[in-house]
Amino acid sequence: MSEYSTIVAHVEDRPGVLARVASLFRRRGFNIESLTVGKADEPGLSRMTIVVEGGAANVQQVARQLFKLIDVVSVVDISDQPVIDREMSLIKVSCQPAQLVEVGELVKAFRADIVDVGPQSIIVQVLGDGAKVEALEGMLRPYGVLEMVRTGRVAMVRGQRTSKPPPVSVDAQEAEAARAQLGRRPEGALPFASD
Amino acid sequence: MKLTGAQILLECLRAEGVETVFGYPGGVVLPLYDTFVQYPDIRHVLVRHEQAAAHAADGYARVSGRTGVCLATSGPGATNLVTGICTAYMDSVPMVVLTGNVARDLLGRDGFQEADITGITLPITKHNYLVMRASEIAQAVKEAFHIASTGRKGPVLVDIPKDVFIETAEWDGYPEQIHLRGYPLVTRPAQDDVERAAELINAAEKPVILAGQGVILSGASAELCAVAEKADIPVITTLLGISSIPDAHPLSYGFLGMHGHYYCNMTADAADVVVGIGMRFDDRAMGRFKDFNPGAKIVHIDIDPAEIGKNFETHAPVQGDVGEALRALLPLLEPAEHPEWRAWIDDLKAEHPTDYFGEESELTGTWLVRALAEETGGEATIVTGVGQHQMWAAQYYPFQRARQWITSGGLGTMGYEVPAAIGAQFAQSDPVWSICGDGGFQMTLQELQTVKDHNLPIRYALFNNGFLGMVRQWQELFYSDNLHSVDLGQPDFLKLADAYGIAGLRAATRQDARDAIRAAQAVDGPVLIDFRTAKVENVWPMVPAGAALSETIEEPA
Repeated sequence: MSEYSTIVAHVEDRPGVLARVASLFRRRGFNIESLTVGKADEPGLSRMTIVVEGGAANVQQVARQLFKLIDVVSVVDISDQPVIDREMSLIKVSCQPAQLVEVGELVKAFRADIVDVGPQSIIVQVLGDGAKVEALEGMLRPYGVLEMVRTGRVAMVRGQRTSKPPPVSVDAQEAEAARAQLGRRPEGALPFASD
Repeated sequence: MKLTGAQILLECLRAEGVETVFGYPGGVVLPLYDTFVQYPDIRHVLVRHEQAAAHAADGYARVSGRTGVCLATSGPGATNLVTGICTAYMDSVPMVVLTGNVARDLLGRDGFQEADITGITLPITKHNYLVMRASEIAQAVKEAFHIASTGRKGPVLVDIPKDVFIETAEWDGYPEQIHLRGYPLVTRPAQDDVERAAELINAAEKPVILAGQGVILSGASAELCAVAEKADIPVITTLLGISSIPDAHPLSYGFLGMHGHYYCNMTADAADVVVGIGMRFDDRAMGRFKDFNPGAKIVHIDIDPAEIGKNFETHAPVQGDVGEALRALLPLLEPAEHPEWRAWIDDLKAEHPTDYFGEESELTGTWLVRALAEETGGEATIVTGVGQHQMWAAQYYPFQRARQWITSGGLGTMGYEVPAAIGAQFAQSDPVWSICGDGGFQMTLQELQTVKDHNLPIRYALFNNGFLGMVRQWQELFYSDNLHSVDLGQPDFLKLADAYGIAGLRAATRQDARDAIRAAQAVDGPVLIDFRTAKVENVWPMVPAGAALSETIEEPA
């Protein structure tokens, strides 16, 4: 049984950012179990929830490499925190009209919903943590699972604490000093050998 | 004021103080080349292959400490840069790479000479930009220079479609502000981290410093010496850390690693506290990770937090600029002396010196480096390729000052020595010595024309043994001497020099070699010296691939 860690990253909402993140994971040989992206509450940012294979040492390296990407604004490892995590799944199940009540009871027991009813099949929508989704899938399997899609996990830390990026630094003076000091070329002219 | 995208780009380069751009024109960058004439203060150095533009910008950056700039057209022009970009990335060299791309409406449609260069260079740049509007060029270039030259330095690529060069936009000066929320620069180390490091160092009986290129990039050689002197810590360098401490410094012991000095490898392996400064505990330096000095406490000072703990568990991590960290560390160190430890190392050095010079009758590579050192007084800027000649140069040349040693360490790029020397020579007036292998030299020798164009006084010292020497050595030692594809045919290098109109010299004996070096020094302009070195010569000592530092082997009797 592999160990998994969960990272929440806020990234700039720009073209190509997902490719940068994916490229990094591929190049460093980190295995992604699931990755979900959506708009963050702060405009201009997206929030990624990344479930990655490996324990604390591995996830620390993942987080540090991830944070090196210029477009990644913050990275928080929430693996050892109490979290609410959810994923949504749509499951298309083979279902004859006569089976509908029976399947309906099963779905209700999981507090899931039947969102589409066709002549030979239904679509079940289930929301919960991964274990719940998998449990329901197991129960539906005997009827014939025709197709299934899972969103991957989203997660949020319980209580007051957030995984959001810190506010933009307002210490203008310090920022100005850093700019003056860094990224400037050394003073003085260089001689040209062929002049 | 309305300017074209091309003008805006050149305004930005001017504002950054860029004096030299190494490049090669092509279809989509024609609007830019059409504009160069309006900016005579920005010198464009025409190379003969785009790879050379990248290596030249890299060599320029390593010698000058400034950000190197190279330029190429779309498609094959851009892809030819890739080796040079990756070389710079692996060695943390500040570089801004400019490429053109096809017009915006052709992007993604496989137009003529289209290559997804931002996609291709994702894993080998610190960051890259595809600029889709002329109005966005200035901010992208500003950020590119900022990112390339700060933190852990590295190459940043800016890709600009052809019609963006032509499009006009309002120019109201080079941007002052940078808004990079995802790039907070942490250069000042946390005080308690520094205190923890000081505690470990103060308690050490057998400390050693492993100094890397971070010391040079941070301009912290003086701080390194001050720390080493105060706490009496022997300093060993990595391959790229060579020249971070003067060779003549009493605490300077040379470099460690696969072909590092025997006593350096053993010292690193015997120390009780290993202080890594601006280095990344690379496999070539440390040998087999799991068997490197298991008892040692590791202090690691580095600007890049991702390097800390990447290969080794670190007992005292210090994240920050090397210079700032060393300045913070110095007052916390207690003055110390480690006479027994120093004597142990000195004895080891006396018993196991690196002095494989071969027979007097042979022109060996090792002897040749020593002769070069003697004739240049150890003062020359040395650029090398990759292989045996590189290791001999690292072992036997006594470097005096930072930025005197220019070599492709991380990527190990053969052929680097020819164009990188061009960049190096544009950053200094004293002649640059490029120590070449006959394999690498044949990869990039077309740049002799660039050298000739500018009459650069580069001395190309070709260590010509007719073999791909390092590969031959490995085939001999680890593949039952089953030599394959290492016996290199070659042109007559004197005729080649003559064809390019540059001075050519040849030497096959030690006396001739010394005379040739002296003759080369008197030439006003480029020189190619074809040194016919010993055909079969190995680099010693050596840590076999996958072995531990403690398993370093010396020349078999």
